[in-house]
Amino acid sequence: MTSTPKTLFEKVWEAHVVKQDEGAPAILYIDAHLIHEVTSPQAFNMLRERGLRVRRPDRTFATMDHAIPTRPEPPEKWPKDARLQVDTLRRNCEEFGVTLWDIEGPTQGIVHVVGPEMGITHPGSTIVCGDSHTSTHGAFGALAFGIGTSEVGHVLATQTLLQHKPKTFAINVEGELGPGVTAKDIILAIIAKNGVAGGRGYVFEYRGSAIQKLDMAGRMTICNMSIEGGARAGMIAPDETTFAWLKGRPYAPSGDAWDKAVAYWRTLATDEGAMFDKELTITADELVPMVTYGVNPGQGVPITGRVPTLDALEDPGQRRDLLAALEYMGLKEGQPMEGQPIDIVFIGSCTNSRIEDLRMAAQVVKGRKVADGVQALVVPGSKNVKAQAEAEGLDRIFMEAGFEWRNAGCSMCLAMNDDKAGPGQYVASTSNRNFRGRQGPGARTFLMSPLMAAAAAIHGRIIDVRDIL
Amino acid sequence: MKPFTTIYATAAPLRAENVDTDQIIPARYLTAVTRDGMGKGLFAAWRYLPDGRPNPEFVLNLPQYAHAEILISGKNFGSGSSREHAVWALTDYGFRAVIAPNFADIFYNNALKNGLLPIPLSESTVNMLMDMVEEDPSVRIRIDLPGQTVTLPDGQQYAFQIDPYRKQCLIQGLDDLGYLLANLDAIQAYERAWGK
Repeated sequence: MTSTPKTLFEKVWEAHVVKQDEGAPAILYIDAHLIHEVTSPQAFNMLRERGLRVRRPDRTFATMDHAIPTRPEPPEKWPKDARLQVDTLRRNCEEFGVTLWDIEGPTQGIVHVVGPEMGITHPGSTIVCGDSHTSTHGAFGALAFGIGTSEVGHVLATQTLLQHKPKTFAINVEGELGPGVTAKDIILAIIAKNGVAGGRGYVFEYRGSAIQKLDMAGRMTICNMSIEGGARAGMIAPDETTFAWLKGRPYAPSGDAWDKAVAYWRTLATDEGAMFDKELTITADELVPMVTYGVNPGQGVPITGRVPTLDALEDPGQRRDLLAALEYMGLKEGQPMEGQPIDIVFIGSCTNSRIEDLRMAAQVVKGRKVADGVQALVVPGSKNVKAQAEAEGLDRIFMEAGFEWRNAGCSMCLAMNDDKAGPGQYVASTSNRNFRGRQGPGARTFLMSPLMAAAAAIHGRIIDVRDIL
Repeated sequence: MKPFTTIYATAAPLRAENVDTDQIIPARYLTAVTRDGMGKGLFAAWRYLPDGRPNPEFVLNLPQYAHAEILISGKNFGSGSSREHAVWALTDYGFRAVIAPNFADIFYNNALKNGLLPIPLSESTVNMLMDMVEEDPSVRIRIDLPGQTVTLPDGQQYAFQIDPYRKQCLIQGLDDLGYLLANLDAIQAYERAWGK
């Protein structure tokens, strides 16, 4: 008897259901729990209030990324709040026996950069973190999603979560990307097409020849922004690229366990004939570099395109939102995005701060200078990425061009520390959200790829990076 | 968690779609290590002028909406970050329920875990409710969780969906932890069976 064909998601889901009571959500087992300084303190307080321990400290890993400064300055000069959060995390990790990648140590970085880097992100595993960009880890064929602080407490106490089974959504990206077009452009194009709520209630599976050709950094960029398309998780079937990337990392299986793991991981890909609840197909060959013009990641256009006009929208709600977005952004309907001046360039975030991203940006920056009046910063995703970039001389390329070379952290992606854009300033950013005020009160964000952001730094305005490659 | 059965309260209309968590509470308000006092950061960029004074035009600063316990807003409310602080800000400010055509997944889950009832109603109904409370801010709306209904003063009633487990948790003021802890045997059995 042949069994029913299953999707990658269904296989991972079924392997983690501890129990499913009638009329209740499933109890889902969590293989790895990542925590950071901002969304965990209240969860540890809850454990104390109820007299509970961390059930599986061996499956719990902590880092510091959101609130910490990325300028090299001693803790006594940090803002009081950031120091309190960092000290609280240290105390909690010590008291509950949780591994901490401290800012004083060699491993610290953005949670979704260091998790994979340390080999914690395994194909077929379940991973959660109190951060919506946990979807990043889906690039390895893991089911990974962001949770609230109450749920952080539930996982700390029980290593499980109550979850309703989401539906499945196949996003096929077929064909070949042109020069200068990257994973970031794929995901921005998907969200522009499918909308910021199009994935609500679904898990995306990114499939097709263009996805298979991406390296792991590109796959992480795409899965990272699943949440911007409304899906809590996005997944990509693990393959040889995945296994080669993981092998030898500190928490990856080794020896016989590695061979056994790979044999299992090879069974995870969606079966021939498996059904998805929804599908969407994108042709990679037609994509060009993307840039957002508005205040959500779905408000994006190809660099060759223009800001939409109000009369092109039928829905009154959409028209009102566009009008409000353009007012906030100081843009006009129908204007081209190419040539739009910028004040700040931010290369970093869990979307685009890996060594591959920095190499891309450096390729554009090399031998050129940041335009007059533009502040440009590169914030590597982790201490390891920073060290690797320095070993390759990328730091010198950036600094000689006039970029600031910072320490690892979330930085201007969410402006919790002092890396902020001022009111009205325009930021060419490789991060994931262009929400109002995200990069500082009144700041205006244009999302784009590292190649496009580097080109914007050199020209002081948004240009089509393909013209200078 | 504060139990939720029925409320009878006024409502404030927030006419926007995709109200994201950075609007509900900007990241710079996430620096606390407790849940308390998050209400001061609620809708900060809209509620306060750059100099810190209240923005007299923002709906929650209008005296007629000062005591609203129900927020009515557009599609995809709560999109973006997983920060539960967004829910804590709404409850600390005094909201008990949010009515919208639909909600972002993580926000929806977070709300239910804190006694804030997210009520999905059709877009046309939501628009009608916003018109109604804009015209007459004193209108009181009855929300009946056990009956899963929203009732207007004229008796007009709208049913809403919520899964039975979540509904019981809210009515009894229970969170998931008790349920999960009661299943520790099953969790241990799973770990043994899967070599975890």
